Amino acid sequence: MSKLVRFAADILYPVVLIFGLYIVAHGHITPGGGFQGGAVIATGVALVIVAYGYREVTQWIGKGGLMAREVVGLLGFIGTALVAFIFGMPFFYNYLAGQGGLFGVPVTYGPNPGELNTGGTVPLMNFAVGIEVWGGLALVILYLLSGLVPHDDHEKEGS
Amino acid sequence: MIYEIFHILVLAGLVISASLTFWFRDLLAAVLAAGFFSFLISLEFYILQAPDVAISQAAIGAGLSTAIFIIAIRATGRYEGGAP
Repeated sequence: MSKLVRFAADILYPVVLIFGLYIVAHGHITPGGGFQGGAVIATGVALVIVAYGYREVTQWIGKGGLMAREVVGLLGFIGTALVAFIFGMPFFYNYLAGQGGLFGVPVTYGPNPGELNTGGTVPLMNFAVGIEVWGGLALVILYLLSGLVPHDDHEKEGS
Repeated sequence: MIYEIFHILVLAGLVISASLTFWFRDLLAAVLAAGFFSFLISLEFYILQAPDVAISQAAIGAGLSTAIFIIAIRATGRYEGGAP
């Protein structure tokens, strides 16, 4: 793409990344969550991929890194749920809520502005889902674009 | 009053952009019209008090699927039924 598109993508990518991570981090308080935030981040990655083209992007973002994000997200989600067995609780039990410490502040009753440090395992699972969707949707775009590269080479040889 | 006017404008824009998606023979223009349709329907979801769905629709519909369609158009042809 042209220099103008690349410049706009350079400026917009950090903003989109921060906004997506904001949606993921506030998933248990405000509308949104892991999937929505991950989809927003994947849109930013798609913007960079479309602006710079397959060749240059694969030097920065490898398929291995995106697949690692997918694996880390899925293992984090199922691992957070499996840790409940250690405490003798059922699968997916929210063992962090109301205990103090990480995401453990008890929720106050009645109207309140919302405390970020609540929710127990729900924010951790939101982060896991966000990372997984980030890797998965960006990988879909990257694999679609990789099917386009031989076509481009063929065009260049023909012209 | 201004709320109803805005709502009717969004609904009219939905019908117009969906018709444009159908009528364009230039597929790139049709994809951009479909992206605008996705943006308007995410506004409509927000008006109907479903901000959660609106965020997904704006990210997936207006962002990712438009990029996927543009990649597909680059891999095939730009015009429906051959060159104009």
